[in-house]
Amino acid sequence: MIRFERRLQQPKWLMFVVPIGSIAAAFVLMAIVLVATSHPPLHTFSRLLSSAFGSKQSLNDTLIAATPLIFTGLCAAVAFRMQLFNIGGEGQLYAGAILGAAAAISLDNHSSWLSIPAMIVAGAAGGAALALIPAVLRAFFSTNEIITSLMLNYVASLVLSYLIFDSESYWRDTSSPTAKVFPQGKNFPDAASWPTSHIGSLVVPFGLLLGLLIATGVWLLYTRTRFGFEVQVIGDSPRAASYAGMRTRRKILAVMALSGAIAGIGGASQDGDFRHTLDPRGLTSAGYGYAGIVIAALARYNPFAVCLVAFLLGGLQNAGYTLQGVDFPSGLVGVMQGLILFSALGGELLIRYRVRVVRRSRTAEAAA
Amino acid sequence: MGRAGNDLPAPFFMPAAVELRGITKRFPGVVANDDVDFEASEGEVHALLGENGAGKSTLSNILTGLYRPDDGEIAIAGRTVSFNSPRDALDAGICMVHQHFRLVPPFTVAENVILGDHRGEGKKFMVHPRRIERRVAELGERYRIAVDPRARVWQLSLGEQQRVEILKALYREARILILDEPTAVLTPQEADSLFETLRVMADEGRTIIFISHKLHEVKAVSDRVTVLRGGKVVETVPTADATPRSLASLMVGRDVSMAERVERSAEVGEPVLEVRDLRALGDRGAETLSGISLTVRAGEIVGLAGVAGNGQRELAEAVTGMRPSTSGSVAVGGRRLRGGDAREAIHAGIAHVPEDRLHTGVAPSLSIASNVALKAYRGRELAKGPLLRLRTIREHAAALIKRYDVRGGGPELPARQLSGGNLQKVVLAREFEGEPRVLVVASPTRGLDVAAIETVHRYLRDAAARGVGVLLISEDLDEILALADRIAVIYEGAIVGELDAGSATVDELGLLMAGGRPE
Repeated sequence: MIRFERRLQQPKWLMFVVPIGSIAAAFVLMAIVLVATSHPPLHTFSRLLSSAFGSKQSLNDTLIAATPLIFTGLCAAVAFRMQLFNIGGEGQLYAGAILGAAAAISLDNHSSWLSIPAMIVAGAAGGAALALIPAVLRAFFSTNEIITSLMLNYVASLVLSYLIFDSESYWRDTSSPTAKVFPQGKNFPDAASWPTSHIGSLVVPFGLLLGLLIATGVWLLYTRTRFGFEVQVIGDSPRAASYAGMRTRRKILAVMALSGAIAGIGGASQDGDFRHTLDPRGLTSAGYGYAGIVIAALARYNPFAVCLVAFLLGGLQNAGYTLQGVDFPSGLVGVMQGLILFSALGGELLIRYRVRVVRRSRTAEAAA
Repeated sequence: MGRAGNDLPAPFFMPAAVELRGITKRFPGVVANDDVDFEASEGEVHALLGENGAGKSTLSNILTGLYRPDDGEIAIAGRTVSFNSPRDALDAGICMVHQHFRLVPPFTVAENVILGDHRGEGKKFMVHPRRIERRVAELGERYRIAVDPRARVWQLSLGEQQRVEILKALYREARILILDEPTAVLTPQEADSLFETLRVMADEGRTIIFISHKLHEVKAVSDRVTVLRGGKVVETVPTADATPRSLASLMVGRDVSMAERVERSAEVGEPVLEVRDLRALGDRGAETLSGISLTVRAGEIVGLAGVAGNGQRELAEAVTGMRPSTSGSVAVGGRRLRGGDAREAIHAGIAHVPEDRLHTGVAPSLSIASNVALKAYRGRELAKGPLLRLRTIREHAAALIKRYDVRGGGPELPARQLSGGNLQKVVLAREFEGEPRVLVVASPTRGLDVAAIETVHRYLRDAAARGVGVLLISEDLDEILALADRIAVIYEGAIVGELDAGSATVDELGLLMAGGRPE
């Protein structure tokens, strides 16, 4: 019989051994799948690694894939720290993308110094506004924020599609006859394109730097300030917080707004860094918000770890695109990504629990 | 209360109902049980006495299959057994009534009784409630612990819930019943009736293991006492040969002053806390405080006695601003509080040592340093604008750890890793540092050992001597009698009597606590 026992203490060495072991286990499982589908495992692995991190081009692509994940990972981590389960990062990212695009289009081609900050602020406002709906419901009516924030994802996604596909909204390009037949968003003016910086041979999107900056800010906020102290106490014991005279309702509103704002900036970064138009199909098919929840969990809500995990997961996604082809179906790529995530989360269990195999002893049965 | 059957040595061929031989259990950094030998016979009430951290809980957890001993053997009725899970212990006829009941509140009494029963009714796909209800009613009748089998558990008082736990054990035909601090939630009268039930059960040949801190209870109910100290068995003695004083000194390993009244030259001053006709709702929305009036003067300790669940927690919360009141007023030093705002109460000078220290008094996963700063983090000493002075907070905590003799770890240790007594010292240290005018303390010594109780009592007396008005809410009458200058009794959300502590007797108080009127 196999039993799971909760560990009294979590030894330090496990924090290193378990993740490495999980990855190793994932590769063993993948090898089985690959052999069963008659693909050479070792060759596939080396292709997987090289297309994620192996060359300049692949590293650049990985950074692009990681950028939105940093935002949505931080969005989840910020709220989860206070045991506030904001599952709405997905929708908040859309809301940020919508308002960010509105700012980009309306400010025209004057100056990047005007357009870019305006897009960031608009994106943050959009995400925060959407996140405040479940926050108000939670703070004043004790509604479960998991349900409400999740449901708003669908609302936001439908609104996003409506703006381009089902209406002639401000965001839709209606200038040419083809655009009327094939709906698409207005292209942004050049001033709304976010810059890239070059570090060595790497091309770093502005959004990535912004994400790292926000991660640092979140870390400082949560470890060094009275605000963060209150968040820690409320997250650990709401009763202790109310005992100490902390204003829990205000904190729920503030943390949800912060969480939503970060996801919203992620949406603006999608507009400004990569897509340069409001792109419902691309945004809704990517699932950044849900990936962010997994990232936050794997990073144990630590903002710097979120950046690291987002980079690794971005690599995995990027490798997926490169790997799939005629001989390598996209379903198999999904299986491999799933196995890696599954092993990583399963490893978490081993840090908290200890597995032991016990034989049901005869004496105990005799006593029964 | 020793009976003839146990005064004689058991016949040599009759194995003990439970025997533990050389039980050792280590946790990181502590040996919780060190080579413990323990033995209890059929038909015996055997008390297990010891300070907190003496190893009583570990021992009962081993006996109920929750922990596996690192070393040693368990024998039930002479056969060596090894428990891999609580279920194995249940199958061997061992049941435990925990201090915090293991009941499902929305379920009926009968449903709770069959919960986890994997041999009889509980194992069947279809449950026949009537049959179980009849059986539960019969058992309740026979052992004089009747509870309506169809009542939902949340509707029951704590005393009745305890009866359900005992009925559960009887329904499973437990041969060995372990009770952990069973009287903490009972009136003296209810406790007496529990003792009678235990005797009936023992007379039928069951074995009762009774875990307690309270010496007079051990004296009243048990046949033998095993005293644990620091994880080791100090001695097992027949109860008839022991006195409370001798047991106490075995328990702590030195002579102790029993909780005796220390006369203080109480210089009672102006009223610092005035509660007028306070009404408030309970967690379920029913009126739990129905018009409380109470005055505490500077330098005075007012004891609030009562059976658990008569509005004590709600009163403490309403006074300290954690619970809004529906009418009435609370005033500190003549200034009326708006109410329902803990921060306002803290600023007005009300310190609060809550009943639930682990989840209300501290944030358990945060460090001692953070917990010491739990209220003061807003102040200028610990914060500069929005930023915390982390180093000052740490130094402050280190100083308090030293001053209040908190043992177990430094400022960075998570609060939950402290023992009950040390945790309480952290809470007291923080509350005293706030220089309060009023101190509301609820069950400040519940679950603490004798030495820690002494310390806490000394702190409370010192606070009163410095002119703080202390409202001491406690279910422990000995404590109230030892500390209070004046005693108010609460019953069903109202004060039913106020007595002078010098002349009050336990009987008088017990009667008031049970809702009776004094003659």
